[in-house]
Amino acid sequence: MVTSIEVDNVSKTFSRHYTRTLQQIMVAKAKRKKTRDTFDALKDVSFTVEQGEAIGLMGLNGSGKSTLLKCIMGVMRPDEGTVRVRGRASGLIATGAGFHPQMTGTENIYMNAAILGMTAAETEAKFDDIAAFADVGEFLDTPVGNYSSGMFSRLGFAVAVNVDCDIFIADEVLAVGDQPFKKKCMKKMEEVRDSGVTLFYVSHSAGSVRKMCERVIVLEKGEVGFDGKAGAGIRYLKYDEDEDNDSANANDI
Amino acid sequence: MTTTVPPRHDLAHEPLRDPGDTGGLHRVLSHRYLLRLMVRREIKARYVGSKFGLAWSYINPTVRFFTFYFVFGIILQRGNIPHFAIHLFAGMVIVHFFTESFNAGTRSIMANKAVVSKMPVPREMFPVASMLVSLYHTGPQLVVLVIACLATGSFAPDLVGLGAAVLAFVIVLLLGTAMGVMFSAINVLFRDLTRIVQTLTQMLPFSVPMMYPYTLVADRFREFPTLHHLYLFNPLTECVLLIQRAFWWTTIGPSEVADANRDGPVFNPDVAANFPDHLWQRSFAMLGFALLFLLFAQWVFRRLDDRIPERL
Repeated sequence: MVTSIEVDNVSKTFSRHYTRTLQQIMVAKAKRKKTRDTFDALKDVSFTVEQGEAIGLMGLNGSGKSTLLKCIMGVMRPDEGTVRVRGRASGLIATGAGFHPQMTGTENIYMNAAILGMTAAETEAKFDDIAAFADVGEFLDTPVGNYSSGMFSRLGFAVAVNVDCDIFIADEVLAVGDQPFKKKCMKKMEEVRDSGVTLFYVSHSAGSVRKMCERVIVLEKGEVGFDGKAGAGIRYLKYDEDEDNDSANANDI
Repeated sequence: MTTTVPPRHDLAHEPLRDPGDTGGLHRVLSHRYLLRLMVRREIKARYVGSKFGLAWSYINPTVRFFTFYFVFGIILQRGNIPHFAIHLFAGMVIVHFFTESFNAGTRSIMANKAVVSKMPVPREMFPVASMLVSLYHTGPQLVVLVIACLATGSFAPDLVGLGAAVLAFVIVLLLGTAMGVMFSAINVLFRDLTRIVQTLTQMLPFSVPMMYPYTLVADRFREFPTLHHLYLFNPLTECVLLIQRAFWWTTIGPSEVADANRDGPVFNPDVAANFPDHLWQRSFAMLGFALLFLLFAQWVFRRLDDRIPERL
């Protein structure tokens, strides 16, 4: 087995009050209040992921999931500890990033794919797949500003799921798009997973995590609360209690 | 419908690497494809939806030139400086290139928030792209400038002038990139900067010899050599003088001189009177300074880079 991601004692601290005017700072100082206030987004997080593993990253809002993903993507650097990855990391993390409302769908596909790390040749080769997946028909030559919001996000997803990468990160709940499109996305992600790509899947839905992943990492206030089998992780989070009505939406994300 | 990706499991030979190690101006060069797309997008986006499109890039400077011509050539009758409109417009082209690179560069990272906070691209790319967009829009202005020069009927371009223009553009390109790179990062941490930069760039056109001739500066500062030195320490002063050497100076023929001096000697047709001593040495020194400054800007950027995503 080849190590795909290695997270070693990673900590990240944020300051809470970044945008204050001089006046506010002076007033706080005069009243002898704290002018600086920090919180730990990640505390001493460590784990290793093998190539081809499918990991579900779970945790309540604000538990540090996005910060961790940003460290793995390389957008942020940890204050302490190291993150190391093998190969290209990309995925459903910046869907629609760099989309310009007045550029056509085609132009935006090329732009977004380049932002996600694809070369011109790679985009060229995958263009038909992307266009077919987005399924916006003749709107491909229309400025995306004129798209319906569903079409807009479909185009973003289409590029992202077709990115050729070694670590696929999915940080967005597929809350958009209609039911058939959601199903198509899940199917595509399963395909990606089965092709030997490391999958990092963030979700609050026990059902889809159970379906997609064999291993679950649960973050709690910035710390690894659980790391192990998917079923146990979901029980750890007590998300399985909701599974009755969750299973009603088993195809849902 | 799906042609499956050739699996890329074979990663054993690839090393584990730090995913955050993406920055640096040299890395911008390895992302040329993305850079090209970004520049093209900005260029297209500017005129999208307008009926005249790129023609606006010619209309705006043309109108500006005629305004100058009307105000300075006809109303103010600056007869003692031949072709004053060209004198001013030539300087304007280069100053514009700088202020545009600087202003747009300073805003560039904030403007690309969505990308910066999600994908690991070298973040220096955004100010560099802004500079390239500004450079592109300088093209039409140069065309208008050359047409104006040709219209004088006495335009005699020379190789020295061409060299001067190229040198001026290289210096401004380096300086504009440096300022854009440095201030784009500072701007994220200190948002007031955009406004400060705007104020500074509004002052800039007055601090270089284009709305007034260099001879006036030399004359006024004769008693104050320190001030004169300080004035010439502004690298843009050299760039404006270089571009005037290339375009304005070459439009002045004997008949222009005779015309200016018909009521007494007001215009000295001597190079030494219209340009400072050692203009070339000074300019090459500024080129060196611009290079060093770019390295310094990169150093500042690198120090702030890690804090950019959390502050967006």
